[in-house]
Amino acid sequence: MNAVHPLPSTQPDAPEKFTADAPARGLLRFLTCGSVDDGKSTLIGRLLYETRAVFDDQYSALEDDSRRVGTTGGDIDFALLVDGLEAEREQGITIDVAYRYFSTPRRSFIVADTPGHEQYTRNMATGASNADLAILLIDARKGLLTQTRRHSVIASLLGIRHVVLAVNKIDLVGFDQATFDAIVADYEVFARDLGFLSVQAIPLSARFGDNICVPSASTPWYEGPTLLGHLETIDAAGRDGNGQFRLPVQWVNRPNLDFRGFSGTIAGGRVAVGDEVVAAGSGKRSHVARIVTFDGDLPAAEAGDAVTLVLADEIDAPRGEVFADPRHRPIVATRLAARLVWMADEMLVPGRSYNLKLGTRTVPATVRAIRHYLDIETLAETPVVSLGLNAIGLVEIETLVPVAFDAYTDNRELGAFILIDRFTNATVAAGMAVEALGATNVHRHGFDVDRAARADIKRQRPLVLWFTGLPGSGKSTIANLVEAKLHALGRHTTTLDGDALRQGLNADLGFDAASRTENIRRVGEVARLMADAGLIVLCAFVSPFRADRDRVRERFAPGEFVEIFVDAPPEVCAERDPKGLYAQAKEGRIAAFTGVDQGYEPPLDPELRLDAAGPDPEALAATVVERVEALVLGAGSSAETSAEL
Amino acid sequence: MTSAATGALTHPETSRRLSPHLAWLEAQSIHIIREVAAEFARPVMLYSIGKDSAVMLHLARKAFYPSKPPFPLLHVDTTWKFREMIAFRDWITREYGWELRVHINEDGVRRGIGPFASGSAVHTQVMKTEALKQALEAGGYDAAFGGARRDEEKSRAKERVFSHRTATHAWDPRNQRPELWHLYNTQIAKGESMRVFPLSNWTERDVWHYIAAESIPVVPLYFAAERPVVERDGALIMVDDERFPLAPGETPQMRKVRFRTLGCYPLTGAIESDAETLADVIAELESSSVSERQGRVIDKDAGASMERKKREGYF
Repeated sequence: MNAVHPLPSTQPDAPEKFTADAPARGLLRFLTCGSVDDGKSTLIGRLLYETRAVFDDQYSALEDDSRRVGTTGGDIDFALLVDGLEAEREQGITIDVAYRYFSTPRRSFIVADTPGHEQYTRNMATGASNADLAILLIDARKGLLTQTRRHSVIASLLGIRHVVLAVNKIDLVGFDQATFDAIVADYEVFARDLGFLSVQAIPLSARFGDNICVPSASTPWYEGPTLLGHLETIDAAGRDGNGQFRLPVQWVNRPNLDFRGFSGTIAGGRVAVGDEVVAAGSGKRSHVARIVTFDGDLPAAEAGDAVTLVLADEIDAPRGEVFADPRHRPIVATRLAARLVWMADEMLVPGRSYNLKLGTRTVPATVRAIRHYLDIETLAETPVVSLGLNAIGLVEIETLVPVAFDAYTDNRELGAFILIDRFTNATVAAGMAVEALGATNVHRHGFDVDRAARADIKRQRPLVLWFTGLPGSGKSTIANLVEAKLHALGRHTTTLDGDALRQGLNADLGFDAASRTENIRRVGEVARLMADAGLIVLCAFVSPFRADRDRVRERFAPGEFVEIFVDAPPEVCAERDPKGLYAQAKEGRIAAFTGVDQGYEPPLDPELRLDAAGPDPEALAATVVERVEALVLGAGSSAETSAEL
Repeated sequence: MTSAATGALTHPETSRRLSPHLAWLEAQSIHIIREVAAEFARPVMLYSIGKDSAVMLHLARKAFYPSKPPFPLLHVDTTWKFREMIAFRDWITREYGWELRVHINEDGVRRGIGPFASGSAVHTQVMKTEALKQALEAGGYDAAFGGARRDEEKSRAKERVFSHRTATHAWDPRNQRPELWHLYNTQIAKGESMRVFPLSNWTERDVWHYIAAESIPVVPLYFAAERPVVERDGALIMVDDERFPLAPGETPQMRKVRFRTLGCYPLTGAIESDAETLADVIAELESSSVSERQGRVIDKDAGASMERKKREGYF
């Protein structure tokens, strides 16, 4: 058996011959998706065999194995050429991807082979992150399955733009064209919105070799390329995004005082000597003086090249800085929206700090909020509070210091990141930047657990609902109903009750004007502590003096103090008199009773005025809840709202 | 090829521009090597003197040019390497001006451990695996480069580029990290270390084509010459020094042989070959029908799978 592929016939002499390694199209990296039952291992084994990546000693071992443990009744079982990933997984060995290598005179190939069912999202994402094309295996007898959809969606999310629909086991449906056509038609419908640039469907038999390397005589109705022919010729470019120059500084090269270079792999676009570049983080500009390599200076270099830039000016750019075209800079921000593939057993919970590695930069970062979970079968987006293993979600991330990045769809190298657990050092998530949030040139700030963080973990923003009004206007009744409704909606709340406070914290206070002022001041401070804890605080107090209420309001960020005027005429309140206080006051047994012998100063411009003359506190409570939910949900993350409102 | 003897660093007849595929592999390896230099405090590059190591050293010189690679070389010497390997090692490190640290398990030497006296398994365990652990601990290295490739053996297909090792140098299969894009997680706890394989995506064929294209010097044992050999269990073993236990009356035969892989001479099978030049070697490889590991006695020891050796700390 001739073990390595024949050399191209166009290479005439010996020295040319052994450097004939230069296949014009270079390298294709592809991913195979499908379960063992679809014949994935058999297909990979077949490709290795057909391209003569299998040596004689391996082949004789294969013959032995096929007789002993093969599933093909004594025929060569090509699946045995690839290691049994499934078996290893049973032993508890974590395998995300196995890589295989083969080449033909036209191209070299790297195959990322991912184990089937469990963990498919994590493994597929890993394999797809470094692939240009995905082969989706389909059993011709079964047609499209849910997992075909999953695989397609994950491939699409990870930026794969070329797909081969490998309709395998075509021999088992009698090489039937109608079966093939039906599968292809189904797939066209379902892949319509996935952004693939090419989808090539091929009827094949991995076991018998139909349409793998040579067109099968059994499928005369199929006029497309063979699998290998397609892989050899497809132009899988088009995933380099917007093509703008990016060089993340990987290592500062300073052999002596006379040389300062910035070493790194160009992550996008092209750069030439003389070009102006800007350090995205510091904003400093210079021109490229030299592009240095071991093999001599280059006039220009492009994406994928590992080079060392020397600039015309002495500028400081540490590892993690990104050089870019000044006219097309990356985003520099501390807050970004990103898609996350969660890869750890432990759930993602917002508020916890991780290390985020993007390009050559590693910075502490916190997932501030989870916007939604993406169901990769239905593409439905559901609000959730946490993400589990293999879940994909859209999240908001905040980094400790500004980071230069691009949207993943613009530049994979500078749009991709991983999250690392700061305690176990495990890689817990793969991330793909979507966009910056808020201002993109924000300044750094503290990273302690603050009120925003505490509120975020509760998926709300802190608020104080200050119910003011005459005794008997219905403040407490409405506040209690509001709290019950908010609680049912999953909001974290508490109520400050006047009577309870006067029995404890404020037991030393009377009812004179000074004591009333102090009472409200203390209530305001307690409400503030509660709001700092991230809670929605309901306060129902007569609080008759406008100045007292305004002093409390001043203790909160704009928008956080919601004054609710429970407006009922004094006569209605006196008639309700739930605690019999109006009666006692009239009899002179209570001094300075608001509404009787002490004035009440109604709010001039409350956030909400409730007409409480009527008999329906439920409806009023519903109005309040509606307003609260609008405040909590409408303004996005609390980090944003607490700063802006 | 006689570069070691003459000091010539080039194969002028073969030097040329890289193919897109080799250029891609080269850039990717340089990226990995730089990442280690940037993120680890005490890296070291393991030098096994073979062709893969030769490529790795070459890539490291490219990665940091015009600086010198910011880490030393480490050779774990089992005391049973081919003499030509040791001569080549001393010559090339001098030529490159690169600091070489050599470690020998002196305890193993005192106990008389060797492939003949102890068998290949014990010899490899004591003089290679344990010696490597000793050297890594003595040096306090937190990252060690190795020249292993994924295509060498099918169990290596799933190896990470950055392979995490516990404080006892064990490979915990449950604690390996997914590797996405070019983002390598280099974080380790105190006492732990990382083994890093910059040639993970290279094949044997890539290595030879690159050696040719870049004129990288390699040990002359890779080229066919008349050498004294004897047959042991179907393998041609070169009698490299007087420690080889010949049977009574046995004399080594001179045969024209070369080696596809290099290791301890009593454990490395030669192949009969006429490939005297790099061009010949590549031509032979293109039409070869057996895998490179076939000549390795170590892989054939019953039960001594790569998997197990790796868990014990073998590279």
